[in-house]
Amino acid sequence: MEKYAIEGTPKTPTISFDIQNGVLEIKGRSIPENSIEFYKPLVDALDKYSSASKPSTTVNIQLEYFNTSSSKCILDVFKKLEAIHKGGSAVTINWHYEEDDEDMLEAGEDYQAIINVPFKMVQVAE
Amino acid sequence: MIDAYNIYDNMDRNNILLSFKGDITSELLTSILQIMENKMDNMQEEPKTKKKVYNVLVECLQNLYHHMDDATDGNGDKNRSAIFMIAKNNGAYNIITGNYILNENIHGLKSRLDEVNALSKDQLKDYYKSVLNNGEMSLKGGGGLGMIDIARKTGEKLDYNFLEIDNKVSFFTLIIKVTQPQLI
Repeated sequence: MEKYAIEGTPKTPTISFDIQNGVLEIKGRSIPENSIEFYKPLVDALDKYSSASKPSTTVNIQLEYFNTSSSKCILDVFKKLEAIHKGGSAVTINWHYEEDDEDMLEAGEDYQAIINVPFKMVQVAE
Repeated sequence: MIDAYNIYDNMDRNNILLSFKGDITSELLTSILQIMENKMDNMQEEPKTKKKVYNVLVECLQNLYHHMDDATDGNGDKNRSAIFMIAKNNGAYNIITGNYILNENIHGLKSRLDEVNALSKDQLKDYYKSVLNNGEMSLKGGGGLGMIDIARKTGEKLDYNFLEIDNKVSFFTLIIKVTQPQLI
């Protein structure tokens, strides 16, 4: 498996995980009623990746909305990335937020405070 | 005969943008969120306001979806139906939800709401982070973050009421106010 991809829907984000190049992208909206079910395959894919990770791993998160049901799952994803980071792949998480979206910036800072991986806060135009 | 005018007039006077009574399903939530997004676009709301209302709406509706008790109503019928309304008064959005709750569950919910209401902005942030990172995941996936998130994003107290229907169930009403963020 060299790529892992999921098309977005009105309630779930587009996910693309380019394992060959160590690039994970999560974009769009994450507001499913059952987020555990949605995120499990990604968490499993990261588990597999951790045993054969690339020297560096880049993670781009660009969410427009996410619900509290997703927030714990996103934390699980970040915890996997933390383990990968400790395991020797230099992980960077680029957390994108629209310029007027203070809530999204704060949400990124919350994760940054919990997870021991370099975060970059990236402001994007609306 | 149903007095439609009475209902219309009542909704009109209370500036109700949308109201629904019935079963809360996943498909329904998708439609409602879409309708509200279109409405706010048509009303040319600031992107900031739109985002805030949308976020809070998602949490309120999913709270209803996940936490509605299989309560019986006053007639002893199984009742998973609920009501919710969205109103706009003087520039502020009000999101109102109502559902049956078993009397035995009131105490737990009330103390959680009071706990959240007692916290300042900074305390809410710390509380959110500690619950986020407590390793517990409810089967429903929320893990108890919903109310904290709503209080944090709105900066308002959670306004609620329990109306006793009989010795088994009460009707729980939650009113969330979302004011327009200050334009800088």
